[in-house]
Amino acid sequence: MNIIEVSTLTKKYKKSKTVAVDDISFSVREGEFFAFLGPNGAGKTTTISILTTTLAKTSGTILIGGYDVDKNPAEVRSQIGVIFQNPSLDVNLTAEENIRFHTFLYKLYPFTPSYGMMPKEYKENVNELANVLGLKNEIFKPIKTFSGGMKRKLELMRTLIHKPRVLFLDEPTSGLDPLSRKNLWNYLRDIRRKENITIFLTTHYLEEAESADRVCIINQGKIVISDTIRNIKQRLLRDYIYLEPENKDELINELKRLSCNYEEDGNGFKVNITNESVQKLIKEIQTKLLRINVVQPTLEEAYLDLIKEPEEEGKTV
Amino acid sequence: MKELNVIFAIAYRDLLKFLRDKQRIVFSLIFPFIFIAALGGSLNANLADDAGYNFLTFVFTGVLAQTLFQSTAAGVISLIEDRENDLSQEIFVSPISRYSIITGKILGESAVALTQIIAIIIVGLIIRVPFEYTKLLYLLPFCLVVCLFGGAFGILILSNLSSQRSANQIFPFIMFPQFFLAGVFNPIKNLPPILWVLSRISPMTYAVDLLRGLYYSGFQEYNKIVLHNYFINLLIIAILTIIFITIGTWLFVKNERNR
Repeated sequence: MNIIEVSTLTKKYKKSKTVAVDDISFSVREGEFFAFLGPNGAGKTTTISILTTTLAKTSGTILIGGYDVDKNPAEVRSQIGVIFQNPSLDVNLTAEENIRFHTFLYKLYPFTPSYGMMPKEYKENVNELANVLGLKNEIFKPIKTFSGGMKRKLELMRTLIHKPRVLFLDEPTSGLDPLSRKNLWNYLRDIRRKENITIFLTTHYLEEAESADRVCIINQGKIVISDTIRNIKQRLLRDYIYLEPENKDELINELKRLSCNYEEDGNGFKVNITNESVQKLIKEIQTKLLRINVVQPTLEEAYLDLIKEPEEEGKTV
Repeated sequence: MKELNVIFAIAYRDLLKFLRDKQRIVFSLIFPFIFIAALGGSLNANLADDAGYNFLTFVFTGVLAQTLFQSTAAGVISLIEDRENDLSQEIFVSPISRYSIITGKILGESAVALTQIIAIIIVGLIIRVPFEYTKLLYLLPFCLVVCLFGGAFGILILSNLSSQRSANQIFPFIMFPQFFLAGVFNPIKNLPPILWVLSRISPMTYAVDLLRGLYYSGFQEYNKIVLHNYFINLLIIAILTIIFITIGTWLFVKNERNR
């Protein structure tokens, strides 16, 4: 079953001339880990803001858990948890107060001004969460002293307390050091194993998207490719052979005669070798070659190639 | 009923935030102190004989109303600031009504303003303002009315602003002239026509006059100070509050997602 259903979504900001999100459609299955990958300004945050009901779209339809984001925003909100790009904790409150406030917003318990008056179930929950986080002593202290990684974990804990069906994470590791980032990912993996929660992640780090079930690469408001990482690799990562000839024109003529796909690159040529074996191709080439390399591109290269600025392409035309 | 819980939670958080912000508490003491002691004191020493009433008491009652009105309005406008960072993202994405957010915010900031009154009373006691403090009990419900009025005014301003930066620029421009047009420190019983009009369209005028009217009732200075009967002030405040809240909330909810 699809828990997120987006069709022909377009967003144009009031004061902007260009569209931020341009007629995109995709869907996410329940329990899936779905990654939205793209460079800064690709439209990731815009999309996530619209999906989480905090921004109005220009056109298109969006269903979250079967509810339309425009017609039933309250139902949508109660089914989702959101981790924003910037921390959204109240630094004047303690960690426990932040969590308690969250339970009131999601109408889990009636309002009480003190921890002591909260129901037993809540206290057990908080204790357990504090143990997992390793902040048993800090849970009743103001969060001003918490590190960035700690705050992110606290936000995750807080949002999980209302048991959302979909967890939206908007570049959750931005501003974290590599160790905190790794810790956060391990923690997320544990959550997924336990809760069977759907995760919608936006990121500009390729390696973060690689652990997702499905990746959607977005650039300049448009979806470039949407598939599993394995299929994306298969489609994008084509081995090629790099040939450096003594005489360029001679090789060009020969490549044309053999009807090969090639691309000039520096002193040599990148030749696609999808259908022909390397040996067969080399055998047929008569031109004197100074260098022969068989290259397997990295996913990083393929990704950068995909999100290349169109201006750069335009310049050569 | 459940929404009521949420409103209380939002209001309580605002009060808690204020009580933990030592800098803000100190500032809320400094300004009334300067106004009452320096301005009230100097006016009283030089003009009291001509005016025929005590200026310390006059400024004290004025600052009381002004603080309640302005503090609640400024507090409500901070919703903009919150929206840009802080916890409000989390509030706006939770399944509660936008009306509950606004109601909770107004109630919370009213509680903050009423707490600040304690600071003003302490200032009053320190510099020995001639004031019948027992009358405060009777004034208290009307103080809350002034707070709600200020909160409604805040929502109206808020709904027309897009960022904290514009709020910081515009807010003093809207508030500062009202200090003088509403007669917080200066008598406005007699005014030239243009000032009279401006004074009567300043919402703060009715807040200040309401509390003064109630405090001075029974005193011989009443006619020299008070502009309108308290019932007229209450009526105008009620009408304006309803207009401000209706338009402000409507615009706020409409603009909040349409960017």
